[in-house]
Amino acid sequence: MSDTALLTASASELHQMLKARAVSSEELTRLFLQQIEAHNGSLNAVLTVCADQAMADARAADRQFSNGEGTVLTGIPLLHKDIFCTRGIRTTCGSRMLENFVPAYDATVVAKLKAAGVVMLGKCNMDEFAMGSSNETSYFGPVKNPWDTRCVPGGSSGGSAAALAAGMATLVTGTDTGGSIRQPASLCGITGLKPTYGRVSRLGIIAFASSLDQAGPMARTAEDCAHMLAAMSGIDPGDSTSADLPAPDFSAALTGDIQGLRIGLPKQYFNDDLDPAVSEQISKALSHLEAAGAKLIEIDLPHSHYAIATYYVIAPAEASANLARYDGVRFGYRCENPADLEDLYLRSRSEGFGEEVQRRILVGTYALSAGFYDAYFNKAQQVRRIISEDFRQAFTAVDVIAGPSAPGVAFQFGAKQKDPVSMYMEDIYTLAVNLAGLPGLSTPAGLVNGMPVGLQLIGKAFDEGTILNAAHRLQLDTDWHRATPDMGGRAA
Amino acid sequence: MSWEMVMGLEVHLQLATRSKIFSGSATQFGASPNVQADAVDLGMPGMLPVLNEEAVRYAVMFGLGIGARIGERSVFDRKNYFYPDLPKGYQVSQFFAPIVCEGTFEVPLEGGSLFPVRITRAHLEEDAGKSVHDIFAHETGIDLNRAGTPLLEIVTEPDFRSAEQAVAYLKALHSLVTYLGISDGNMAEGSMRCDINISLRPAGSDELGTRTEIKNVNSFRFVERAIYSEYERQADILDAGGSITQETRLYDAERNQTRSMRSKEVANDYRYFPEPDLLPIVIDAAYIDHVRSALPELPGAKRERFVRDYGLTEYDAALLVPNHALATYFEAVATTSRAPKAAANWILGDLSGALNRSELTIESCPISPERLAGLILRIEDGTLSSKLAKQVFDALWEGEGEADEIIAQRGLQQVSDTGALEALVDEVIAQNPDQVAQYRAADEAKQKKLSGFFVGQIMKASKGQANPQRLNELLLKKLQGQS
Amino acid sequence: MPVSQDDVEKVALLARLTISESSLNEVTERFGRVLDLVNELNSINTDSIVPMSNPHDMTQRLRPDTITREDQREALMASAPAQEQGYFLVPKVID
Repeated sequence: MSDTALLTASASELHQMLKARAVSSEELTRLFLQQIEAHNGSLNAVLTVCADQAMADARAADRQFSNGEGTVLTGIPLLHKDIFCTRGIRTTCGSRMLENFVPAYDATVVAKLKAAGVVMLGKCNMDEFAMGSSNETSYFGPVKNPWDTRCVPGGSSGGSAAALAAGMATLVTGTDTGGSIRQPASLCGITGLKPTYGRVSRLGIIAFASSLDQAGPMARTAEDCAHMLAAMSGIDPGDSTSADLPAPDFSAALTGDIQGLRIGLPKQYFNDDLDPAVSEQISKALSHLEAAGAKLIEIDLPHSHYAIATYYVIAPAEASANLARYDGVRFGYRCENPADLEDLYLRSRSEGFGEEVQRRILVGTYALSAGFYDAYFNKAQQVRRIISEDFRQAFTAVDVIAGPSAPGVAFQFGAKQKDPVSMYMEDIYTLAVNLAGLPGLSTPAGLVNGMPVGLQLIGKAFDEGTILNAAHRLQLDTDWHRATPDMGGRAA
Repeated sequence: MSWEMVMGLEVHLQLATRSKIFSGSATQFGASPNVQADAVDLGMPGMLPVLNEEAVRYAVMFGLGIGARIGERSVFDRKNYFYPDLPKGYQVSQFFAPIVCEGTFEVPLEGGSLFPVRITRAHLEEDAGKSVHDIFAHETGIDLNRAGTPLLEIVTEPDFRSAEQAVAYLKALHSLVTYLGISDGNMAEGSMRCDINISLRPAGSDELGTRTEIKNVNSFRFVERAIYSEYERQADILDAGGSITQETRLYDAERNQTRSMRSKEVANDYRYFPEPDLLPIVIDAAYIDHVRSALPELPGAKRERFVRDYGLTEYDAALLVPNHALATYFEAVATTSRAPKAAANWILGDLSGALNRSELTIESCPISPERLAGLILRIEDGTLSSKLAKQVFDALWEGEGEADEIIAQRGLQQVSDTGALEALVDEVIAQNPDQVAQYRAADEAKQKKLSGFFVGQIMKASKGQANPQRLNELLLKKLQGQS
Repeated sequence: MPVSQDDVEKVALLARLTISESSLNEVTERFGRVLDLVNELNSINTDSIVPMSNPHDMTQRLRPDTITREDQREALMASAPAQEQGYFLVPKVID
């Protein structure tokens, strides 16, 4: 297989080759490290590279294969979003606040994937503290979309999505609080899944909004996502919100059979606001699924337009408290020569946090403050239940809900900087899924003007298998997920 | 103007669990700074809390101990504020739905009456760390060993009208929690901290005045003094026509006055909201029954039982019960000696005296309950006269062995044998004919006085070993001319 | 304008953030835009709806009361901005 083919192969494909000893993990790792070196200068997708550790892990993987062992993830090159704490390896969360933070512990997800044998190449750039939909808020500079470097890759897992699309790794991890896996997956033409809330442990993941955050796989295929998810899932006694459910073999659900699958299409998603070109791609994708035996049914999610207001109360409120620990006392950024305690707090935080993070902390603090708690936070929690109930109701008639992952394709840098709300609207289709704690994925649905579009599939709670299978079907019938940006013609 | 004081108390009780409420760090007191603070306690990025089952059980035990309603579904909330010993920038507490709801706690006052205190609620929360100001010249040192220790915050209605009541409440609380085994309840060591909310109003009024909160009072005595000094301060202001500023004050023991806390100037809006990293604690009837069935006997019940089964006075029972170790000691002595009243007398009298003088607690008492019981048995069965009992007691205190050994060794056995006593009486009568004559010639009242002389002589002759009751019987008979 | 500069400064203090004089206007304006967005919640009736904190209405698991962490001071304080004799240091606080 050519180098390019190796860089764009799925993990499943690479596994066959590794098992057959047609290629070694060491060779793969070296290849991907070179790719990072060649292109990261222009894309800025990767913040930290762990070359030595990666090569050591690769050699260990190769030993496994030579012993006739090695599972589907063994020896596969992977990048972690820089929100996952990695022991001994700098973890910045895209922020000046944690620029030099080196955790003394691994996130549970990191440990689990390590145990599954992945080779960690390094850490990916991201929107600061996961707050953003374009990876423009990172302290370490924006990430460029490999499909068009004048455009954003989406966010907050923009670095992860861009890195995967650019062939810098075979698998990447992301986190999704309001769409931060699905929207960048859509804008970068890859497959990304946000599991059901509680499916994957949050321990060791730098918290943004505790009741909304979930870690998930991002890969070239639904099948790869299924393998990754299986390795990442499972109850963690260290995370009280992780569900007491065994981690199923998600790949067993990938039969490709979607005969009779009822796919709900919320009329609220397919209104006049939807870009016609995006709408056309989504329709094409849905036609494929219909041709494979699925039934398309119009459904009603009557309160979906409240999702964004609800989200922008709850997420900032939880974040305002989660980020209070960044005070310059025990770790992280501390201002120079603090005059007194108040000065320590004020300057460390104002200098350590970027503008979007500070704005959301203010919004969140406000929504919780005396006199506003009932009207904002409590109210939002009530609307959350209503939105959740809409989904529950819809799922009595359908198995899966489908729609666009994002309102458009990747936009240009700076295009949505004037009004913070215009950026928030990027997540208009994804936010409600986090509020309801449901699983959702984005799978490639072709290109519009050469830029990727994503189809979002939303499933019932803990039913990742069904949406993975539907995406898998689409990937059997089309080759949209195989499209890759042209990396060769670009200066490094 | 006569001012009535109205007070409510908030007690923070450190629960004596092995590990912290949300992490697996040890809670042991006295470790080097920050060696008992793990990543969760330090609020490191990505860390999450997991609830200690023992803290829940202790809270429910307390609730049952005061007959309170247990919250079937209690929730943790974040209390948000910035302070260096609060690592996460919020304290995980319970605001909206506490684990223990309303109850009434009957507090015994001196004199024996019971004073009902309405407990508004008791909730679980985590303790903060410690700020140390006196080690470094220009900095404050932060030690987070204590951060995450489980606390039970117990809040009363403003039912207290005197310092006496407040102190009685604290003592009864200390007694209850040590009985339950859920806390050391030690004010001096900080495992029981008391904040006093106090306001004044004209005697007879129904309305509440503006209150101040006094923090950091760490002994029963200081509680009393702090209350009096704050009463004086507020009364002076009100008498002069001024008004009370609602604020938090610290009690300064050296000056015996309260002063305003500077650091509380910035008004705190705690922005409570449900803790999303923790889920509601659901407690069902089965769990409550299980905890209830394992409850030890509580002070109130023990007091009643001591009076009923051992025939103690309310007064003595009230003195023996509050200290669980003392009550246990008493029961061991009472049961072995089968003489509970005598046991009570010895324990509350000579034993307590000796312990106080040597500054020992009952736990380090050099006389075991068995040995004290041994002494009492010998008094009860007539072997030892009460006069000589003190001698044996002192010997027991010095660790000279069992009562029997001491009695034998020192030849202290009481003479009760009629023949031996008769011989003694006869001898003394024979040796003192004048006094005998005097006696026989005197009236009843004078005879009583004169008999003392003979008793004294016989006691001297017998080295105190004559059984006093028998002696008196015989002496009376012989002096009155009966043989 | 749904919120004043004064309001924003008060909230900033609660959150221990400073806003420079020069940016206060813009910060307030942008903050106001977000508030306009979330004020949409006013138009929905939520009478007798139970607020949702956890999407699956889960309840809390309990862990046994055992000590599972021994001294990790060195590893955890390695990233401390200022420390001495095992203490984290901050500018002197007067109570």
